[in-house]
Parts: sequence; C-alpha cells; structure tokens
Amino acid sequence: MPYYVSPEQLMRDKADYARKGIARGKSIIVFEYADGILFLAENPSATLHKVSEIYDRIGFAGVGKFNEYEQLRIGGIRLVDVKGFSYSRADVTAKSLANAYSQSLGTIFTSEVKPYECEILVAAVGESTGTNEIFHILYDGSVTDKRGWVAMGGQAESLGSILQDKYPGEGVPDLPTAVKLGDETLRSVEERPMPAENLEVAVLDRTRARRKFRRLTDAETKSLLG
Amino acid sequence: MSRDLIRLPVFGPGASFSELLRVAASDLTPPPEVTGALAVPEGTTVLALRHAEGVIVAGDRRATEGLQIAHRTIEKVFAADDMSAVAIAGAAGPAVEMVRLFQTELEHYEKVEGERLTLEGKANKLSQMIRANLPAAMQGLVVVPIFAGYDEARSAGRIFKYDVTGGRYEEDDYHATGSGGKDARSSLKKRYRYNLTRDQAVKIGIEALFDAADEDVGTGGPDLMRDIFPTVSAITAEGIAEIPEDDIRRLFNELISERSEQMLPPETHAVGVRGPGGEQQ
Repeated sequence: MPYYVSPEQLMRDKADYARKGIARGKSIIVFEYADGILFLAENPSATLHKVSEIYDRIGFAGVGKFNEYEQLRIGGIRLVDVKGFSYSRADVTAKSLANAYSQSLGTIFTSEVKPYECEILVAAVGESTGTNEIFHILYDGSVTDKRGWVAMGGQAESLGSILQDKYPGEGVPDLPTAVKLGDETLRSVEERPMPAENLEVAVLDRTRARRKFRRLTDAETKSLLG
Repeated sequence: MSRDLIRLPVFGPGASFSELLRVAASDLTPPPEVTGALAVPEGTTVLALRHAEGVIVAGDRRATEGLQIAHRTIEKVFAADDMSAVAIAGAAGPAVEMVRLFQTELEHYEKVEGERLTLEGKANKLSQMIRANLPAAMQGLVVVPIFAGYDEARSAGRIFKYDVTGGRYEEDDYHATGSGGKDARSSLKKRYRYNLTRDQAVKIGIEALFDAADEDVGTGGPDLMRDIFPTVSAITAEGIAEIPEDDIRRLFNELISERSEQMLPPETHAVGVRGPGGEQQ
C-alpha cells in the first residue's frame, strides 16, 4: 500500500528518535579554564572513554551511543592524521574537523533510515583563553561555536541551567575550581551516588609540549577535589 | 576526501596509519619503483648504546652527495615517540620521509587504540617499512636506521638494527651504522662497558663519533668554526631527552684537548718540505 509521510514529519520523527537516544546516556561538561580546556564526564568505565585526543591541540568528547561516537572519533583521527602528514601539523584546525563532522552527521541524518544517537564536541586549545575554539555538533549536523562552558548528554538542560548561574561571568576559573564546579554540577543532577573513580577527567593544557591532551589519573582528580 | 575518511568502516585500516594512507591517499605512500641510479644526499654515521638507565642515540650532522658536502646541519636522530628514537643513515630524503611516516604511525596507533605499541611492536613495524622500501633500495636509495628505546615491560633500553630487506636484529650493547659506522664500532668496542651511567654513555658515544669523523670523510666531526655539533638523545624510564648542546660542546672540547695531549708536538712530526739542496725551507 503506497503511503506518504511529509518531510517535516519525517525529520521531526528522526530528531525525536535521536534526542531520546542521547537522553538515555550520561553527560559531559566542558569548561574553559586558566590553562586551556577541561573535560569532565561521568563514566564508570576506565577504558571506554568519552573524551580523547584527536591531534596536538584538539580534543574530542562524545555522548550518546558509544559505537556511533567512537566511529566518529576514529574517523576524525584518520582525517587529521592524513591532513597533518600531507601538509603540515599547523594546517590541522578544529574548524575544518568540525566542518567534516557536521557534513557527515548531516548526511547521515537526512539520507539514512536511522540517525546517529550522539552529540560530539571538538575543542582546540589556543595560545590564550581568547583563542580557544569549542564546537558543539548535534546529531543532525548542526554546529554551534561555544565559549566558557558546554554541557551535553542526557542531563544537558539541567546542567546548563546550573552552570549559567555558577560559571564565572568574567574570566576563567583555575583548574581546581573548575574541577570542583564540574563535579558538583554533575552530582547535583544525579540522584545516584557518584564515586570519584567514575569521573573521567582530561585537559587540553596549553603549557604542555606539542601534544596538549592529558588524562588526569583518579589520584590527581581526588587531590584536586580536595 | 573528508567525509569518506570519517565514515570509513572501523575495520578497514584498523589502527595502522600506513594502511590508512594506502586506502585513503595512495599518492602519499612511498613510490613502488624508481628507475635508474640516483645521486642523492646521504646521511653518514649514527650510533646507539645501552647504559644502566636506558639507551642513548647519537648522530653526526653531515649529509654528503658523492664527494661533496650536501648539508652541514642535518638531523639524523629523531624521537619516534616519547619512549623511542630512530637514527637514520643512507639516502636522506627517503629516510626522513620514512621517519615521518613512522612517527605518525606510532601516534596514530596510540590515539586510535588508546594505548602505546610495545617496543617490540614498534621495531617490527619499522622493519615492515624498510622492507617496503626494498625496490627503491635496489636503485641505490638504501635506508638503514637504528631503532632504540626504553622497554617499559623489561625496564631496560633496547637497540635494534636493520638490514636493507627489513631484517631486524637486536643488539645487546651497542651498534653504529653509516659510512663511518665501522670506525664508530671499533671505537665503541674499546670503550664500552656493561652498566655505564648515562653520562659515561654520552661521553663514549661522542668519542665514537669523533673517531668516525677522524677516519671517514663522509662523517662530520665537531665544526668549531660554525659551532655545529653532533646530536645525542637519551631515553630512560622518564622518556626521551635531547642532551643540551652546551654539554656536547664541552665534551668535545675536553676530548679535543685530551687527544691533542696524546699527539707528538707539531715540530717533531712535521715531515717538512726540503728544497733541491736538501736544506729545510
């Protein structure tokens, strides 16, 4: 039997589907802090990461369905490594990577039956706070350029409303302050208890040598939390 | 290109960067064949030796093209990653390109898999890359590196040498290769001791490079006029660190004064040029 679904309805259904998938997952908070960019995620696994290194200055965070954002992560590493190898390391930019992700997710959203149930974030640490770049890319390929803080995942809205008040309006916090704020914010939206081992913390630290990305160990996180 | 790469199946090239290049950008992989012999700049002497804390890798700075000096300040010792280094001898162009590919390969693997390759795994990967260069090597573009690093599983430094077919051989103490390699090895043979400290190893390595430069025209010694010195990197459990140029300069100056004292005073060993009457001119 022939049937007709309006494009509006089709896209709405897809978007609802993707949003529901993302809402089931855990959340991530990303901050600009004094020395760069901080990623905090609730992640009970110590090996399946939500946050990882893409290139010298560029980090990646994904929420939603693991296999989908993991594929995007590996794809991104492939893209930038080929680009940096064929041109120069300095030619690899967060903007062009965010653009490629946006194209990919946009095409998947419109042309495939099932959209990706994930949201990703591409962040690049600059020489100073003013030159940091943070791109938030949604399941349908739409990109937004962010400053200060970003919350994504299941609890993004409630996290956002807390951070709106608590993240300093001017200037950027130092690392211990940022980690504490992130930890408190993540805890405040969850009813479950959250041990410190379940916190995945990583930074893009501009004071490091070529590769700025670094994971904080559980011990470091605990000492920062005091 | 960009979208294809992002949506490439995860099981395609896996975590291998060179495999990825073959799939995604085959024009960037080494040429399969070169016809005719080519005269290209050649790197000369590099060496590595083990010590109690790990390993050091050193190389002179000269590149030659036949009997000409092609470059005076070429770098031959490269950090492959935080825990290992490659020192190159042979055709400089393909060697530097091979190192670049190798560095990217190691970093790519680490990022995709979330952990580093073992030292053994890195050594084997380099072996495959040298084998892939065999057709070019048959045309004279031979690349024979030394690979050395700190093996975290064994808590010790390890040295691997290679032949042109990618054959991989582990050395327990030291190795040197390139045009002055034999002279450097002879020097190391006399001076090497088991369980040297890092500083002793640096000193002996520098001495071996000095001896190689003394015997081999292709190897550059310390260039006091231009202030150019060989480079030395040390790899220990803390990672790789280049020995500061000031230290190397000081070690060479000490070595030169030590050696001058060993020599006869100039007036006694000068052969002199005699005129037709036999009188000294």
